[in-house]
Parts: sequence; structure tokens; C-alpha cells
Amino acid sequence: MITVKELRRSFGPIVAVDGVSFEVEKGQVLGFLGPNGAGKTTVMRILACFLRPDSGTATICGYDILKDPVKVRQSLGYLAENSPAYNEMTVGSFLNFVCDARQIFGKQRKQSLDRIVPMCAIESVYHQTIETLSKGYMRRVGLAQALIHDPEVLILDEPTDGLDPNQKHEVRQLINKMAADKCIVVSTHILEEVEAVCSRAIIISRGRILVDSTPEKLKSEHKCSLDEVFRKITQTKVA
Amino acid sequence: MNSFWSVFKRELKSYFTTPVAYVFLVVFLFFAGYLAFKQGFFEARQADMRAFFMNLPLLFVFMVPATAMRLWAEERRVGSIELLLTLPITVIQAVLGKFFAAWFFLAIALLLTFPMVVTVCYLGDPDVGLIITGYVGSLLMAGGFLAIGCFFSAVSKNQVISFVLAVVACAILVFAGMPTTMNYLSMFLPGGLVSAIETMSFQSHFESIQRGVLEFKDLSYFVLLIVGWIAACSVILDERKAA
Repeated sequence: MITVKELRRSFGPIVAVDGVSFEVEKGQVLGFLGPNGAGKTTVMRILACFLRPDSGTATICGYDILKDPVKVRQSLGYLAENSPAYNEMTVGSFLNFVCDARQIFGKQRKQSLDRIVPMCAIESVYHQTIETLSKGYMRRVGLAQALIHDPEVLILDEPTDGLDPNQKHEVRQLINKMAADKCIVVSTHILEEVEAVCSRAIIISRGRILVDSTPEKLKSEHKCSLDEVFRKITQTKVA
Repeated sequence: MNSFWSVFKRELKSYFTTPVAYVFLVVFLFFAGYLAFKQGFFEARQADMRAFFMNLPLLFVFMVPATAMRLWAEERRVGSIELLLTLPITVIQAVLGKFFAAWFFLAIALLLTFPMVVTVCYLGDPDVGLIITGYVGSLLMAGGFLAIGCFFSAVSKNQVISFVLAVVACAILVFAGMPTTMNYLSMFLPGGLVSAIETMSFQSHFESIQRGVLEFKDLSYFVLLIVGWIAACSVILDERKAA
């Protein structure tokens, strides 16, 4: 459902993404790993049609990100890093705005809200303004925003960053629940998360894909924990 | 179209859920009234609103960039632009939605100056056509300033920088048409160039609408100005949204 072909993007002299290609099928949860500054966020932003690649392209649900950006965004749920939102709005009005923008009206909107609000456990803060929320709730509001139209493809940029262990666990459970009938890409640098939710892992460093495998295979091949695998791969291969 | 409305609605609401709208309205209405009375609104003993409209350009130079500065600068600083532009909304829809929301807000501000109209109508028998064209001219001018402010808001993440740049740009467009500037320029510039500068400034177009004539050249001036700056705003935003 996601096909990425030879994506390249640089910012001035810095090459952020250097020829990244991969495919993700329905039912897969792809863990996108890499040290800080590896290019994870850039790839995700390109997939969400927020950034334009210098060369290469990608298709999501059959729509090209360059030719059909609006169609791509319709079929995609995207949670950006730090889950930005409009801080002065209440959670309810914010979700209603997202429904407006995604053209979910009337009965359908009520159904979507009734489904998503308990799912992300944000009933208790529904009438609170977003700026007064804790980080965990903010992240859940971001998730609700990304899931409200029940997208087939989900792209989550560090969805558990800054959450406490309980909240991390909840987000992971949520991802696992949805995994079967969606295609999910999760970026992270927390390796336990990969083991907990991902059926596949891509390790990226300095804009290049170093490994494309499954967490189990990686562990058995290298005969050590994922932590060590990660260190070995990102430190030796790049240097 | 729906995407446009969703941005428009959200933006307009956000003026009123934050103190921005109330602070703006109070300050604007106070100064709009104060300047008119200081110009001799009553002393002139004429049932018209010249004294009121005459001062609007000066007031708008400061007030309109103040409403415009947050449009994009805030969005980029907080990062919510990444949310906005990954929803199925195109850059141009977002720019237009925000622009019209802010313009609508300014229209509300102008509408709230109605006590002046009531006063004039109560005390005398004014030319209603003149008052209407006065408001149309003011609204167009607000739109022009707003488009400029919108552009500078997209240029910088810093609201103060956006505000200052927009004020300077608007002030140049207003003061270029003032008689004192014209006199000064005509000392060393050829006549053709001076009149070219004059036609490019707000002042001459605003004044000719004030006189009650809605001419095509004045309308097209404002429309072109708005379209041009809005287009520039979308281009620069598309370029810089992720920076």
C-alpha cells in the first residue's frame, strides 16, 4: 500500500534522505529506526506530502504523492513529531475542525467521534483547551486526529516520545489493535517498542537504509539484543 | 471549497476564543472615534463622515498588520502548519481561508463603527451613497494591507519581524501618496515618475473612492494588489513551510 522509490531530499549541503526505497503491505507494522538526524522525519514528511522530494517518488494507496497530494492526504492518517495542534482550541472543537477539513459531516461525524474519543481515552479532557493538556493527552489527541477518518495507511512519527510507561503501553496496544487491517509506519528510536509492535524493521542512518528485516531475524542473526544490533549497524556501517 | 470553509471557520473562531479580537476591537474603535473627533467631527458642522474616513489609512497601517502578523508566523512557530498542510487542504485554500477570515474580522470591526453613522444621520441629512463608498473603500484598503501583512507573516516565524516589515510596507504605500512626499519627490524626480509613484500609492485610490466614485481603475488597483500579495504569500509558504 506504500511504495517508496528512490526518495532523495537535501537541505542546503545536508543530504537528509539519500535514495530510500521500500514497500509496505497491508497488515504490516513497519518500524522506522535510526539515530537522531537519520532522516526518519524527512521521509515521513515527504510521504505526508508536507515536503517535496528533490527526486524520486512514492505512492500511497495507489496515489502518487507528487501528482495527487490531496488524494494521498485523504487516505492517510499522519501524526507529526510532537503532535502539533491549535493550542487555544478545545479538544472537541479541534476534532470537529479536523472533521470539517476531512469532510466528515452529520451522522458520520458523530459516529467517528463516538468511536475515536473512547478509543484514544480522551473523554475526560474533551472540553478542555489543548494548551492545558499534559503531554500524554496531547499525543492522544494527535492520534485521535490521525485516526478520525479511519485511514488505511497510518504514519506515526515518534508516537510514544515523552509519554510515561503506562501511556506508552496504551499507545502500543492501540497500534497492535489496528495492525491487522491497516498499513502502519512508526518511527522511533526506542527499541523495545519495535519488539512490542513492529512486524518489520528498517534501520536508516544518514539518509540511507542499512537494514530491512524483522526484529526476530535481526536478533537471531546477530545473536544479541536489538539494542546491540542497532549500535553495531549504525556505528560501524556508517563510519 | 469545503476545505476553504473549514480553515475560514477555524480561523475566525480563533480570533474570538483568544483575547486578540477583543483587544483589537476596543483599541480600533477607540482610536477610530478619537481621531475623528480630534479632526473636528462636530466642529465641521457638516453631516458627513470625512473626518472619520480620512484617518483610517493611518490607523490601518498599524492595526491591520497586527491582525495579520499571527496568521502564518504563529502557525509555523508552533508547528501546527504541519498538521494543517497534511490534512487534505492545499496551500492556496489555506492561504485564502485565513485571508478571508481575517478580512471578515476587519469587516466586523468596521461595521462596529456604526454609531458614527447613526450620529451623522441623527444630526443631519448625510449623503448615504458617500458613506457607503467610504466603507467600501475602507474595506478594500483593509484587504490590501491584510494581503501585505499575510505575505510578511509567511516570511518570518517571528511575529514581531512580520509586524514591523508589514507596517513599513504599508506605510510606504500610504505615505508615497501624501502631498508632502509628492512635493519633496518632485524636487528631483521627473514629473512622470512622481505621478507613477502617486498612482501606485493607496492614498490617491482611497481618496477617489472617498469622493463617492467607484471607478474601475481604483477597484482594479485594490484587487490586483490583493491578488498579487496573496499569490506571493502562497508561493513563499509552499517554499518555506517546513523550514
